[in-house]
Amino acid sequence: MSTHAPKGVGHLRGDRPFPAAAKVALADPQLRRNLQHATTTIRGKSGRVIAELPDWQELRSAGSALKAYTMANLPRLLEQLEERVTAAGGVVHWAADAEEANRIVTELVAATGEKRVIKVKSMATQEIGLNEALEGAGITPVETDLAELIVQLGHDKPSHILVPAIHRNRSEIREIFLREMPGVDPALTDDPPELAGAARRYLRETFLSTKVAVSGANFGVAETGTLAVVESEGNGRMCLTLPDTLITVMGIEKVVPAWQDLEVFLQLLPRASTGERMNPYTSMWTGVTPGDGPQNFHLVLLDNGRTAVLADEVGRSALHCIRCSACLNVCPVYERTGGHAYGSVYPGPIGAVLSPQLTGVEDNASLPYASSLCGACFDACPVKIDIPSILVHLRNQAPHPRSEKTAMAAAAYTMDHPKLYERAQRAAKAAKLLGRRGRGLPPPLNGWAASRDLPEPPAETFRDWWRGR
Amino acid sequence: MRIALFATCLADTMFPAAAKATVQLLERLGHEVVFPPEQTCCGQMHVNTGYQKEALPLVRRYVRTFEPCDVVVAPSGSCVGSIRHQHATVARQAGQEGLAARAEAVAERTYELSELLIDVLKIEDVGAYYPHRVTYHPTCHSLRVLRVGDRPLRLLRQVRGLDLVELPQAEQCCGFGGTFAVKNADTSTAMLADKMRHVLDTGADVCTAGDASCLMHIGGGLSRLRTGVRTVHLAEILASTEATA
Amino acid sequence: MSSKNLILRRIREALGENPSEPEVPRDYRRGEAPVDLDLLVERLVDYQAVVHRTADISGTIREIVGDGQVVVPPGVPDEWLAVRFIRDDGLSQDQIAAADGVVTAAAVAVVETGTVVLDAGEDQGRRILSLLPDLHICVLRADQVVASVPEAVARLTPGRPLTWISGPSATSDIELNRVEGVHGPRHLHIVLVQEAA
Repeated sequence: MSTHAPKGVGHLRGDRPFPAAAKVALADPQLRRNLQHATTTIRGKSGRVIAELPDWQELRSAGSALKAYTMANLPRLLEQLEERVTAAGGVVHWAADAEEANRIVTELVAATGEKRVIKVKSMATQEIGLNEALEGAGITPVETDLAELIVQLGHDKPSHILVPAIHRNRSEIREIFLREMPGVDPALTDDPPELAGAARRYLRETFLSTKVAVSGANFGVAETGTLAVVESEGNGRMCLTLPDTLITVMGIEKVVPAWQDLEVFLQLLPRASTGERMNPYTSMWTGVTPGDGPQNFHLVLLDNGRTAVLADEVGRSALHCIRCSACLNVCPVYERTGGHAYGSVYPGPIGAVLSPQLTGVEDNASLPYASSLCGACFDACPVKIDIPSILVHLRNQAPHPRSEKTAMAAAAYTMDHPKLYERAQRAAKAAKLLGRRGRGLPPPLNGWAASRDLPEPPAETFRDWWRGR
Repeated sequence: MRIALFATCLADTMFPAAAKATVQLLERLGHEVVFPPEQTCCGQMHVNTGYQKEALPLVRRYVRTFEPCDVVVAPSGSCVGSIRHQHATVARQAGQEGLAARAEAVAERTYELSELLIDVLKIEDVGAYYPHRVTYHPTCHSLRVLRVGDRPLRLLRQVRGLDLVELPQAEQCCGFGGTFAVKNADTSTAMLADKMRHVLDTGADVCTAGDASCLMHIGGGLSRLRTGVRTVHLAEILASTEATA
Repeated sequence: MSSKNLILRRIREALGENPSEPEVPRDYRRGEAPVDLDLLVERLVDYQAVVHRTADISGTIREIVGDGQVVVPPGVPDEWLAVRFIRDDGLSQDQIAAADGVVTAAAVAVVETGTVVLDAGEDQGRRILSLLPDLHICVLRADQVVASVPEAVARLTPGRPLTWISGPSATSDIELNRVEGVHGPRHLHIVLVQEAA
């Protein structure tokens, strides 16, 4: 019996429906500018480096099939991963949900006696609310990824899978640093290299003096027990190399069958996500290496609703996501509302299909509708997740307002009876139901007429014209 | 050739000009057009709003209506997209394998207008005359579901008197998205605002597309702002001649 | 029931009897392709690495480092080093961080992506060595260069700690533009060894 991600822990559920949250974001001109600038930039970069590869489509097909193969063989692959990691000196833990994962990590940190951990950016730990759990146990988590740091210092929430502070521009980041970063140079400008340098100075001592790190994982290779973290800044390398203890939280869907399979994903991910031929740093480690890096390694395998996603044959492929965020960057809805409107750590198109499935669709009922079904995400996805079809599929499972149900059933009945259909056509025209250019419609149709005129009903329908020819 | 017209419920009820133009164009090109009167709606609105069960009779109706026809045309990328990519699924998920197979067969013979002209009738220059400055918005479903590519543009380039101007960021959604425009009216309007800005930037008198629904959305915005720019369905432009201009 | 058994049972129930298992198409480029060193240099430079094509390793390193002091892994040959250096025999973090730079060899490099990979071999050392100093000089032989990512994956040994490096440390976190120089080395020099003519 698969179970959804539990309520009351983590960040998968918003506190209001998407349209209400979107309304706030849409009214923020600075946010709109920041998002438009950033997404336009990344679309251009990504498009250029993808065009360099003659076999991009073949790689996508391979990535898609590898993910489907992985899901079909998940029990075997997870046990193989566990066996290989254990043989290489690591310890593997299984967490059925967010609460259990938080408890495991918190206890592991507590056992070291340390009061501070450094963190590599990880969606899984954001999803389960690990930082709050650690703080609750008197342990300070320090986010070391620049954007996560901006979010943390700004007492903010991440709004993008790859670039959690995408909603901030350089001058806002400078303001946050000046206000919140201890020891910052008051002469700091908003020049990006200077901002990056400020983060470097601020975190350096923390990297060198912290004994425990927590990371996520981009890939866990079942065949070899190898974990991989793909990053840019080197904060990942710091966390994965300097501490004595490393704790990695990995969603069960991140396993890949064989070492060779990395050749596919290491080509797809950087080009789709940051628009680079290759990201600056990728670290791969297998258990513990004597004399090099952390000598205590723990891998926490996380379910937290993933098995519920797996149970839906249509929705299952949402688990294929490699968290590249290409779908966010091409989405016309995301570009205008930003990530906070989605109420989950997984925003944008993939969030709209993943969050409702992790929580149960009734807890995120507005998300499957947060899309115009334009299809840009499907084309951009490096592992070919058919997000539009999953959205439509989830809409079919979502709870519907009673009035809408009645109206849709009536419409379907009418449309299935041509005589009634023609009568309705004539009634609409005669009643001038639409009023002056569509104003004065009942809700929710008045939402249309707030900004758009409705056409005048024509003098005669097409079928009237056809009959009269 | 004998071609059956699926007018679509929106064009039939609200935008008959697009369906009429489709008839006039095909007849001018020497083909016979038939209109099976028992047709109504393809069910796309129901499927995309989450009412798949309610859409089943509409799928069955479409299949029954057009099964006898060799070729079906509709002046809508999104309706043909639904017919081609959703009908069989709706039937299959209702456990109706037989209907699904029939739906697939009919869908294979159903074409969006620009597909029919270029792929089936093998014609690019339909002999149209339309002396206006026009910009073309590729609707999402024609572009990314049907993959009509540049077929509409190839047809427009052959129209005498027509000054075709390129739409910036053409491939971005206009924000209609069916019930999206109502359920997420604010976001839809924000998307529309950008689309309208790009249309106005071209200096065109007319914005055209292959879907009455998106044109209703874009046109509704352009009209509300009194921009003086019209929306005209692709079929209407292709049906225009010196005699009608 | 243990969480492991619970999760595995949930997965099996979710998948049902015979989950369909696709063939994985491998018709992307996989074979050995010719190595274009000029393109490698172009790709490295594009991500702000400095490339030196030379037969004179020690002279080049000396030119880069001047009178600074570098740390080196145990297996870096003496003849590369005409500069002040400390060999890593278990140096402390602080000693490594205090160095002006680090000199390593590499395991493999990829033309198409402008990537060098370190595998913690004797001449590359512990991962921390190439991480803390602000300058990383990486000596690369032409026979270590492959054309594509699949060839590199095939050459590497999975159990070893691997670090894939493509340019100096960078971030795209500010307005999604790439900016070089965050926590890792801000200066990456690749010494591409040419056979002396």
